Amino acid sequence: MSLLRLAILSLWNRRLTALLTMLGIALSVTLFLSVEKLRTGARASFANTISGTDLIIGARSGDVQLLLYSVFRIGNATNNITWQSYQDLAAQREVDWIVPISLGDSHRGFRVVGTTTDFFEQYRYRRNTGLKFAEGQPFGDLFDTVIGADVADSLGYRPGDSIVISHGMGRGTGAEHDDKPFQVTGILAKTGTPVDRAVYVTLEAIEAIHVDWQGGARIEGLSIPAERVRNMTLTPKTVTAALVGLKSRIAIFRFQRFVNDYEEEPLTAILPGVALSNLWSLVGVAERALGAVSLMVVMTAILGLVTTLLATLEERRREMAILRANGSSPGTIAMLLTAESGLITLMGTLLGLGFLYVLLFVFQPLLDNRFGLYLEIDAPSMRDWTILGAIVVAGIFAGLIPAWRAYRSSLADGMSIRS
Amino acid sequence: MTPAIAIRDAAFTWGSGFAIEIGAFEMAKGERVLLLGPSGGGKSTFLNLVAGIVPPSRGHIGILGTDIAELRGARADGYRADSFGIIFQQFNLLPWLSARDNVLIPLRFSKHRRKRASPVRKSAERLLGSLGIDPALFRQPAGNLSVGQQQRVAAARALIGNPGIILADEPTSALDRANATVFLDLLFEEIDGAGSALLMVSHDEALAGAFDRVVRLEDILRVDRRAAA
Repeated sequence: MSLLRLAILSLWNRRLTALLTMLGIALSVTLFLSVEKLRTGARASFANTISGTDLIIGARSGDVQLLLYSVFRIGNATNNITWQSYQDLAAQREVDWIVPISLGDSHRGFRVVGTTTDFFEQYRYRRNTGLKFAEGQPFGDLFDTVIGADVADSLGYRPGDSIVISHGMGRGTGAEHDDKPFQVTGILAKTGTPVDRAVYVTLEAIEAIHVDWQGGARIEGLSIPAERVRNMTLTPKTVTAALVGLKSRIAIFRFQRFVNDYEEEPLTAILPGVALSNLWSLVGVAERALGAVSLMVVMTAILGLVTTLLATLEERRREMAILRANGSSPGTIAMLLTAESGLITLMGTLLGLGFLYVLLFVFQPLLDNRFGLYLEIDAPSMRDWTILGAIVVAGIFAGLIPAWRAYRSSLADGMSIRS
Repeated sequence: MTPAIAIRDAAFTWGSGFAIEIGAFEMAKGERVLLLGPSGGGKSTFLNLVAGIVPPSRGHIGILGTDIAELRGARADGYRADSFGIIFQQFNLLPWLSARDNVLIPLRFSKHRRKRASPVRKSAERLLGSLGIDPALFRQPAGNLSVGQQQRVAAARALIGNPGIILADEPTSALDRANATVFLDLLFEEIDGAGSALLMVSHDEALAGAFDRVVRLEDILRVDRRAAA
């Protein structure tokens, strides 16, 4: 009879406590791995907000700020880019494509983005995934609009619906562009990025709804009907930012310098990836705290294991005396206990890993749809394995505490049976 | 001929509270000795010393020609596994292990006895059978057996692989008179077959007739509790 078999049979004899202890470890391991998964998933989702864009250009400002308003639509631009500068930049030979973004208005809390149909072709997220239309098509007419998935979802819009854009971010302040309603022509498929939470119109439409406005209010006594606006020249005077793709990635830094040193007006060009990781380092504190908390949960579970083993030690003195009388050394008894805690931790850890995949399979679609958090179901990473290995090693080390106690008490008890 | 047990002038001190001294004790191979003594008379310390579980603070404890006072740690444990079969008063068995697996436990720790008992399962079953255990019970968890059956399984475990000495610590005290008699008869029969020596500790003088020799614990042992208070 091998020592391992003896350990397993002894454990089987105490299967309820052993199972509960194992379950405790399994659940904590699942929690830990889930948090890890969410952490890396959130980071990846975040980093995947925009891809395929080489540079984002805006008025001179900090790179995080430019990223925030151009991609995340948080906050406002301090200044705009003049249409001339935009045209000039677009004409540079390094530029493969350029998509303008014009911000300022809103619709029921969602930002309105003035852009061109190029946006739907050039915007990329999650490793070069392009935007798709869930319903309808890009705008064709001046007063057409395309809405993000979250907008459609929360406001219940369908293609063909008519919407009114508000001036600025104010909701219900009376500053409505209600004389020029828009018609929804398309709804974008869910991306899990800020793209879902915006209303897209043409640059010309932004111009059109403001022809009779000045300084944030209607010009008194001037009202130009929508039909007349169609015949006007609607060249924008400014845009807020521009997404740029270059013909060659080698040119990125040269072109960035060119933009930053642009003589006509002060501009800033940022690399989205760099700005994203700068931004993440700001919000990443929460992520690290989460990791620390889940690690503590694992430690608690291992502490629970030690407690259980120590508690059962008293009732197992008989077992140890029998083994001692039959020639087992105290060291063997200590080894039995260490093997036991190692076994519980190992099985708990594997069970926890199993739970994680069950959870992933069940909740992955939900997380993707509801929160735009896309979690990859893949084999545990090297980092995961290292942590799991460390947990098992910690379990074995934790077993040394009761093992030492058993060693001491079996030396003292000898063969006298305590029952 | 080397004696089975030969103790000369041994002492054991436990912390500062308790000490026993053994002047001299000897028993021959194959001899059956009944050691009479009340519980609390230093009996378990004596057995722990003889079995090499606790080392004496001085003196010689010769077991089958080897001074186990000289052996340390795991070697003493290995020597115990080779030389002794031990039967306690009760709670001899791991209740979650089958009767047969309980019998096989000492073979895990003694290569000699494993060799002698080979093939081990057959030997275990033969012993259990001759000690009157129904073959249907061999694979039952030992905890399901009656106390009398458990003591007989314990005897089979002590006997497997023919160790030189069987130590029995009041093995019948948990049994009623009829069961005790059956148990002792079977035990003696098997011990005779194996040629082992038997040292049995008991407070029951009525057993004396079945033994070669009766020794009173107080004649060989001096307990000193001086510092215990």
